[in-house]
Amino acid sequence: MADLLPEHPDFLWRNPRLKSSYDVVIVGAGGHGLATAYYLAKEHGITNVAVIDKGWLGGGNMARNTTIIRSNYMLDKSTRFFDRSLQMWEGLDEELEYDFLFSQRGLITLAHTDAEVRESIRRVESNVLNGADAEWLTPQEVKELLPIVNISDAIRHPVMGATYQARAAIAKHDHVAWAYARKASAMGVDIIQNTEVTGFLKDGDKVIGVETTRGNIATEKVGIAVAGHSSLLAEKAGFQVPIQSRTLQALVSELFEPVHPMILTSHHIHVYVSQAHKGELVMGANTDPYTAYGARGGFHTIERQLAAAVELVPIFARAHLIRVWGGVVDISPDSTPIIGKTPVEGIYINCGWGSGGFKGTPIGGYTLAHTIAHDEPHEYNKHFGLDRYYTGHLVDEHSASGVLH
Amino acid sequence: MMLIDCPHCGLRDETEFEYGSQAHVPYPQDPQALTNDEWAQWLYFRDNPMGLRAERWVHLTGCRKWFNAVRDTVSYEFKATYPVGTPRPNIPPHHGGIR
Ligand SMILES: Cc1cc2nc3c(=O)[nH]c(=O)nc-3n(C[C@H](O)[C@H](O)[C@H](O)COP(=O)(O)OP(=O)(O)OC[C@H]3O[C@@H](n4cnc5c(N)ncnc54)[C@H](O)[C@@H]3O)c2cc1C
Ligand SMILES: [Zn+2]
Repeated sequence: MADLLPEHPDFLWRNPRLKSSYDVVIVGAGGHGLATAYYLAKEHGITNVAVIDKGWLGGGNMARNTTIIRSNYMLDKSTRFFDRSLQMWEGLDEELEYDFLFSQRGLITLAHTDAEVRESIRRVESNVLNGADAEWLTPQEVKELLPIVNISDAIRHPVMGATYQARAAIAKHDHVAWAYARKASAMGVDIIQNTEVTGFLKDGDKVIGVETTRGNIATEKVGIAVAGHSSLLAEKAGFQVPIQSRTLQALVSELFEPVHPMILTSHHIHVYVSQAHKGELVMGANTDPYTAYGARGGFHTIERQLAAAVELVPIFARAHLIRVWGGVVDISPDSTPIIGKTPVEGIYINCGWGSGGFKGTPIGGYTLAHTIAHDEPHEYNKHFGLDRYYTGHLVDEHSASGVLH
Repeated sequence: MMLIDCPHCGLRDETEFEYGSQAHVPYPQDPQALTNDEWAQWLYFRDNPMGLRAERWVHLTGCRKWFNAVRDTVSYEFKATYPVGTPRPNIPPHHGGIR
C-alpha cells in the first residue's frame, strides 16, 4: 500500500526568517501547535503567526505515537470532545488537500475480567448515548472480526468479550504534521525550526514577548503546546501546571504481509497493536511509572507488553522486534487535556494529553486557536481549563474508564 | 533494568519497587483552614523538574517499606536513598550514583 503515499514536492512549507514581532507566537511545532496555527489562520484570519520549535517540526511525540484515533471515552464531556475530534478527522485529508492514509479500520478493546466486562458494557451504552459509535462483542464475534485473536479459555487472561468502535482509525502521523504545516505556511504562518523558547517577557501579569535562542520576539499572545515540556515552560512564564512528565514507549516489528487489518487493545494487560500500511506491527504499552525526561524506558515494560501480545495473538511470536523508542508524555491528574487560559494574560496552554493526544490533534488545535483569538474558551474546551483543579470540577476520565491512548 | 538501593535490603531489581511521587509533601496540618488554591496545590500540583528530585518509593515485593530517594529525572540515576523522616541529603547535581 506504500504506493498510495503522495509524491513529494521538495518543500512543503516556506523556511522564512524569524521576524521581530508577531500577533501570535505558538511554542511547539507538534501536531497541536501546527493545528493551532492552521485554525488561527483559517477560522480567525490571524496569519501573522510564528510556530517555533527547538527541534524539527513534528519531531516530538507527534513522531513517536502509535496513531490510534478513537472516541470511546466514558464521561460525557470527554466523549463529546473526542468524538468531535474524530468527526474532524473524517474530512481532514480533503480539507488539507493532503493524503495521510487515514484508515478507519475499527478498534477492538478486549475485556478479561468480570469487572472489565461490566465497565465495558456500561461504556458502550454511554458512548451510544453521546453519539459515538460503540458495540459490545462476544468472544466469538471478536474471533469472526479478527481471526488472529486467541479466544481460548486456556490462557492467563482469557478474552471475555470486547468493545468495538468501527470508526476508530490510524493515520500516518508525520504526514498529518506536514499537512497542517503546509496549509498553515501557505496562509502566511512562519514555521521556525531549531529555535528554542527560553523565557518570556512580561509587563506585570501580561506577556509582551518571548525569548528564544535566536533573540527576542515581541508578541502579546502566546500559545504553548509542548507536551512533556509544559512544566518547564510554565515555570519560566511564572505559573504552574499539574503535569508529570513520563516515558511512554512503543515499538515496531519488521514488515509483514497484511495479517492484522484492525486495531487491537487490552487495557488489562496493557498492549495495543495495529499493522501499519507499510506492514510493520506497531505496538505500545503503558507509561513507565516514574517522572522522566529521558525519552527512554525500562526494557521490562517492553517484555511485558510483548508477552501479552504473543498470548493474545500467537502468530506474533515469530515477529522480530526491530525498533523501540520513547516519548516524554504529559500526564494530568485526571487524564484529561488542559486547553485554555493561564494566570498570565496573553498566554494560553494546550497540554496534559498524556499518552493519547494524537487523536485530539484537530480539536486541540481548533479549540486553542479559538481561545487565543477570543480570549475565551470554545464550547468544546470550556470544561478543560486549568481552573478545574482549583474549583474541583475535574474531568476524571482516569477513574471513569482507566483507558489509555 | 535499574538496581535500586533499598535502605533496608540493599540493591534489588527495579521491578521489585513502586514509585510514590514527590517526597516531603506533608499532609496539611489543618485542612479545613486551606483556601481552594492551597488545597489544589496540595492535591494536584507536584514538582516536575528536569534534574534532581526527591521522591517516595516502596520496596513492594521485598520488605514492603517506604523510603525516600533523590533521583535524576533525565538519567534516572538514583543519587541517594534514605529513610522516611530524615531530611533530603544535599547532593551536587553531578555526583555519581547507582543506575
Ligand atoms: C510512544 C507513544 C505512543 C503514543 N500513542 C498514541 C496513540 O496511539 N494515540 C494517541 O492519540 N496518542 C498517542 N500518543 C500521544 C501523542 O503522541 C501526544 O499526546 C501528542 O503527539 C502530543 O502532541 P503535541 O503537539 O502536544 O506534542 P509534541 O508532538 O511532542 O510537540 C511538542 C513540541 O514542542 C517542542 N518544544 C518543547 N520545548 C520547547 C521549547 N522550549 N521551545 C520550542 N519548542 C519546544 C518539541 O520539540 C516538540 O516538537 C503516544 C505518545 C507516545 C510517546
Ligand atoms: Zn527493602
